[in-house]
Amino acid sequence: MSESRELLLVRYGEIGLKGKNRSHFVSALVKNLQKALERVDCDAEVSHRFGRVYVEWTRGDREAIYGVVASTFGVVSFSPAVRVPLDQEAMCRAAEEAFRSAREGRTVKTFKVEARRSEKAFPLTSMEINRAVGGYVLRRHRDISVDVHDPDVTLNIEVRSEGILIYSRVIPGPGGLPVGTSSKAMLLLSGGIDSPVAGWYALKRGIALEAVHFHSFPFTSERSLQKVRDLCQVLAGYAGPIPLHVVHFTEVQRAIQQQVPSSFRITVMRRFMFRIATALAEARGALALVTGESVGQVASQTLESMRAIGEVTSLPVLRPLVGFDKHEIVTDARRIGSYELSILPYEDCCTIFVPENPQTRPKLERVRKVEEPLDVDALVEEAVGRTELEIIEPPRTFASVL
Amino acid sequence: MPREGERLHSMQGIYLDHAATTPVRPEVVAAIQECFTVHFGNPSSPHAVGLAAEAAVRRAREQVAAAAGVSRDEVVFTSGGTEANNLALRGAARTVRRGGGTLLCSAIEHPSVLETVRALQDEGFSVRQIPVDRSGAVRLDQLAELVDANTRLVSVAYVNNEIGAVQDIAEVVRTVRQINPDAVIHTDAVQALGKLPLAPWAWGVDLVSLSAHKIGGPKGVGALLVRRGTRLVPLLTGGEQEAGLRSGTENVPGIVGFGLAAELAAAEMDDLARRLGRLRRRVVELVQERLPVAQVLGPPLAEAAPHIVNLALPGVKGEVMVRLLSEAGVYVSTGSACSAKKRVQSHVIASLGVADELKEASLRISLGRETTEEDVERAAEEIVRAYEELVQWRR
Repeated sequence: MSESRELLLVRYGEIGLKGKNRSHFVSALVKNLQKALERVDCDAEVSHRFGRVYVEWTRGDREAIYGVVASTFGVVSFSPAVRVPLDQEAMCRAAEEAFRSAREGRTVKTFKVEARRSEKAFPLTSMEINRAVGGYVLRRHRDISVDVHDPDVTLNIEVRSEGILIYSRVIPGPGGLPVGTSSKAMLLLSGGIDSPVAGWYALKRGIALEAVHFHSFPFTSERSLQKVRDLCQVLAGYAGPIPLHVVHFTEVQRAIQQQVPSSFRITVMRRFMFRIATALAEARGALALVTGESVGQVASQTLESMRAIGEVTSLPVLRPLVGFDKHEIVTDARRIGSYELSILPYEDCCTIFVPENPQTRPKLERVRKVEEPLDVDALVEEAVGRTELEIIEPPRTFASVL
Repeated sequence: MPREGERLHSMQGIYLDHAATTPVRPEVVAAIQECFTVHFGNPSSPHAVGLAAEAAVRRAREQVAAAAGVSRDEVVFTSGGTEANNLALRGAARTVRRGGGTLLCSAIEHPSVLETVRALQDEGFSVRQIPVDRSGAVRLDQLAELVDANTRLVSVAYVNNEIGAVQDIAEVVRTVRQINPDAVIHTDAVQALGKLPLAPWAWGVDLVSLSAHKIGGPKGVGALLVRRGTRLVPLLTGGEQEAGLRSGTENVPGIVGFGLAAELAAAEMDDLARRLGRLRRRVVELVQERLPVAQVLGPPLAEAAPHIVNLALPGVKGEVMVRLLSEAGVYVSTGSACSAKKRVQSHVIASLGVADELKEASLRISLGRETTEEDVERAAEEIVRAYEELVQWRR
């Protein structure tokens, strides 16, 4: 094994419990990791062996690789590790090395060794390994002591048939399920704070996404559209390339403006959005819609509104943010990297479409009635026909996890 | 697949946003290119290559000085109008030993003046704005009330970029000096150079800001004219270039381009001003003929700078009109912009005291050397067409 070979031990949690589906999920995880790592200039290889997933490389930017692994759903945590042959001397040396780098730049006073042995041919028991490694480290770090309850550093030693794995650091991953293992949904993506976060939670449960954005030229600007592309790109950093459907929504707006009483316009507008997204879902093989809707955040986010809008689609509408307070959504947006983009002012602000007194608890009967004068099918068909598809690629840079 | 913004707008569309920036003139491009490869020296170098560059800068300095009617040693090259304004305001304010005092500027100054003056409050100055009347003219009576012994600096732009209002700078100076002979007086003449006569020292001004990219020169270069005897604390310290007032290796290509552009602009000024004034009148007439509700904001045409007109079209939003017109190949600007959930209005339009519905609807049309009669006729047609389309949306 070459000196400069680096190794990550990748832990997957929940999908390990899936029984027959387990191998399907694990191979999806391996595939997603491999695809994501193609974005980094490296020779990293992802493998699944002996019940673990490993990422190994000799050439590549460590931070970038860590960043990719830390953004891949299905990864519960990962540890930079070293593998040495089944030899006590090599084991001790590597463990002491690992300890040395673990204490670099940090105040470390205590440590413990945690050994696990699954290779019975190895001459030492787990207890004996703890003592051997512990002693070896203590002799070379006189200022350190052992604390088996709450140590600053834990040295993990795993003796397996393919070698001894040594690691101490555990870096959290995003959890969830590998993207694509839960089929596909259409995300209604506005430029606001909520919809990108909603998309992230859908990706987290393994749902592949295609984004739909409603654009009303000339009332909405090219800059607001660019912002949506950029938000999509943030999500692509977690999911791989995301198709973005930009719907020409102006004619729908015009029809609503001309024929629907002002206080119902928002509701009817969203009904059209759901219809169009549903039509796109059918064309693209998606099985659900995902929105950033919440309850109680603004006056129009009521159950009455949800019912009046949701009725137009028979697809399940997933609303991951329904249980969140606004500040929690903002925290998430910062964490996933969409917040700074969302608050840029290039929203579809030029709405002459925002009425003074929108109906916050619209009655379904009335909504259906005010929609009657509109040729709904024709409008939907036209909007779908004038939709442009772009594929949004993941970004080139990665958030640092170090 | 091309995105909306990338759709092939022929860049030959009708460009009527010269107050924002102008295309660089071919002669200027040629002069600049030489500086990249032939006259590439550092003017501070003591050898022949450096000396050649220094000579080029000196020549440009003379050209700018001649265009503005000042002496060569009163020209300080900067990175543009914004830096010139910053140097003037911060530079003059900081000469005051014990700090404090009042800074006055008009309510319709460019943000590089307004924001700078605002920032100087943190250094102990108080700031007051001089109101303007409905035509954008500074209220001299109110100015007189604001000036007192504590006034350190007064800044009033010669020409306003959004409405084309022209101030009588000589009168402004007289009004100030009558009460406080020592106050430093600065005028931002970025929009004026090449369109209106400049006689800053005759008027009694101390500092004048200029910019190259409004007159067919490149972006990233401008100048501050500093009347002999005026003290300034420099912004940039270092190698003491520009007589210690603006350190940094000179932007030789930019400066050479600026010099040539200024020389050409000064020579063509009278003809250009006449022609643009005429074209500007034409576009307003053509629009008002079909849309009588269209209203000029700011000064009457005869009193405005020849190249700028701000037209309000009630019932539609300026920014939306700009987008529609852009799609049709006509490029203009607007005073108001949409920012998130609130509408951000131009402070200039807001200062005029016009009705709310006019504030959101303004289009700024600004003409330039390259503008033709056909351009103006086509533009008027497109403006009318866009307006008629958008006004249907109103309910």
